[in-house]
Amino acid sequence: MTALIDRRMGIFLAGLFVLTVAIPLGNLAFTDRFVPSYVVSLFGKYLCYALLAVALDLVWGYCGILSLGHGAFFALGGYAMGMHLMREIGDRGVYGNPLLPDFMVFLNYDALPWYWLGFDMFWFACIMVLLAPGALAFVFGWFAFRSRVTGVYLSIITQAMTYALMLAFFRNEMGFGGNNGLTDFKDVLGFNLQSDATRAGLFVLSAIALAAGLLIAKAITNSKLGKVLIAVRDAESRTRFIGYRVEHYKLFVFVVSAMMAGVAGALYTPQVGIINPGEFSPANSIGIVIWVALGGRGTLVGAAMGAIIVGAAQTLLTGWFPEIWIFVLGALFIFVTIFMPQGVLGVIENTLRRRPAARDLTTAREAKA
Amino acid sequence: MSIQLALDGVNRSFDGFKAINNLSLTVEKGELRAVIGPNGAGKTTMMDIITGKTRPDTGDVLWNQHIDLTRLDEAGTARLGIGRKFQKPTVFETQSVEDNIALALKDDRSVWATLFHRRSDADTARITELLDLVKLTDARDAMAGDLSHGQKQWLEIGMLLAQDPELLLVDEPAAGMTDAETMRTAELLRGIAGKHTVVVVEHDMDFVRALNCRVTVLHQGHVLAEGSLDHVSANPQVIEVYLGR
Ligand SMILES: Nc1ncnc2c1ncn2[C@@H]1O[C@H](COP(=O)(O)OP(=O)(O)O)[C@@H](O)[C@H]1O
Ligand SMILES: [Mg+2]
Repeated sequence: MTALIDRRMGIFLAGLFVLTVAIPLGNLAFTDRFVPSYVVSLFGKYLCYALLAVALDLVWGYCGILSLGHGAFFALGGYAMGMHLMREIGDRGVYGNPLLPDFMVFLNYDALPWYWLGFDMFWFACIMVLLAPGALAFVFGWFAFRSRVTGVYLSIITQAMTYALMLAFFRNEMGFGGNNGLTDFKDVLGFNLQSDATRAGLFVLSAIALAAGLLIAKAITNSKLGKVLIAVRDAESRTRFIGYRVEHYKLFVFVVSAMMAGVAGALYTPQVGIINPGEFSPANSIGIVIWVALGGRGTLVGAAMGAIIVGAAQTLLTGWFPEIWIFVLGALFIFVTIFMPQGVLGVIENTLRRRPAARDLTTAREAKA
Repeated sequence: MSIQLALDGVNRSFDGFKAINNLSLTVEKGELRAVIGPNGAGKTTMMDIITGKTRPDTGDVLWNQHIDLTRLDEAGTARLGIGRKFQKPTVFETQSVEDNIALALKDDRSVWATLFHRRSDADTARITELLDLVKLTDARDAMAGDLSHGQKQWLEIGMLLAQDPELLLVDEPAAGMTDAETMRTAELLRGIAGKHTVVVVEHDMDFVRALNCRVTVLHQGHVLAEGSLDHVSANPQVIEVYLGR
């Protein structure tokens, strides 16, 4: 039985732990804000991306399902949390309506749509964070996997799924705030979202969620089920002939992954302060694939690293030269797929491995001479 | 003796080409049967139909005289007890030889059972035994993708035995094997017949002779002759389409 925390995972989790202590401490413990507040939220956002990347790696890296629609699961989790945050605003909105969020008053709603009911309760929103993406993944996967849609065709219909959702969420009649989305949140569970302490708390929660996501994914991939997933990835038909119902395995891992993406979205929304239909855009979902490929597909830890690296690079580069960021990202992806098929993590690990090996070789040669 | 497998009037066309043409065939429980025939005779397609990969256009395929195999998919027939070795060896290349066998071991195939599965000592012992049988003990921790063609054949045979199926469908097992390996394979298949039902497709006549069993000759999706190898070899039609060349 391979350990849940191997070297790779151990080093990453240790690094994550240091960040989780250092960043909030650097922000809160110093009166002159050694770490500026916006940096806390920024890193919190990267950690959500990292969790999203781990979710995608679970299905793509281990089961060969190249989902180009994972942004949709992330966005649904984000919206579920956003709906709770909207309801928590209560009568403090611009229009002061105790029941209806501002955008509904503006659009002349006279009652809360039925699907907004229950979201005033935090626990209900938390369940929906898992249930909404999970249910979508289940229904979508049920039809797609049972019909044996694979490869490029599956990727295309996942793109279509997120695109359709984007168009739907853009519509005002959907009741999710149209193209403005949900925003102007005040607090969560009574904690002011603008306060540094709350932001630090959300950051720590994101780190915990990322660690938990990594460990859950690792436990799944380490189990016999994980081996079945790899078998499906490498020789789907063979796996069927051994008696595994491939569609059930795909469905399981797809739903777990979608829920993980939903949690990432739910933590993202309060830290960024807005969730809008742009999160459903097909380009976002393709971006996630780039993170995973760049970090190292099928390694979990690499996927998380890829998301953090690209997130940080995006923040820096869009600040310096916003117009060319998208081209840099494209070039990066091409470079990685051609020259670093195992991603950044693969390059790091190969370099570390080669060094001691080279030393062994020289000592062996010396011994011979 | 009871009938394990019965094909009755099975037809299957691909784009108007009749790959299987009114094929009827019965195999008894515990029997060892060789199926020979020229390339394109429909041998692999017949196995596809038995295992639920391909649906016949018409005709019946019955398992143990009462279960209609044409209604099942690949996983369904596998769970019923039909194991298959492919013409082109297919193993799980990025996993170890041991894990390949472990994945094939007869066990609960449901998602939950697999997720919480713990390998028992009995499992480990069985894996050791099987690796020994297919002479891959030294390659236990090797990646299956790094094996030679012949070793992959053996690994796939090991995986097939690990499933402990009632019926083994073995498609051209001797391809890529040395003469000695070929004879060992024949010996192994003879050894497991009786306890299991075995249907072997093969081109290699020495191999078929070594199996020393009833032979079915397939030609253009139809049974041309059936009987001992000497009997079918003497059939003028068989000589014309197959052996004579
Ligand atoms: N899926 C398929 N689509 C089209 N033609 C097929 C398919 N499967 C088999 N065939 C055709 O059916 C015939 C029988 O093939 P096969 O069963 O592989 O023969 P054998 O195994 O006896 O060499 C061949 O002519 C082959 O081209
Ligand atoms: Mg064939």
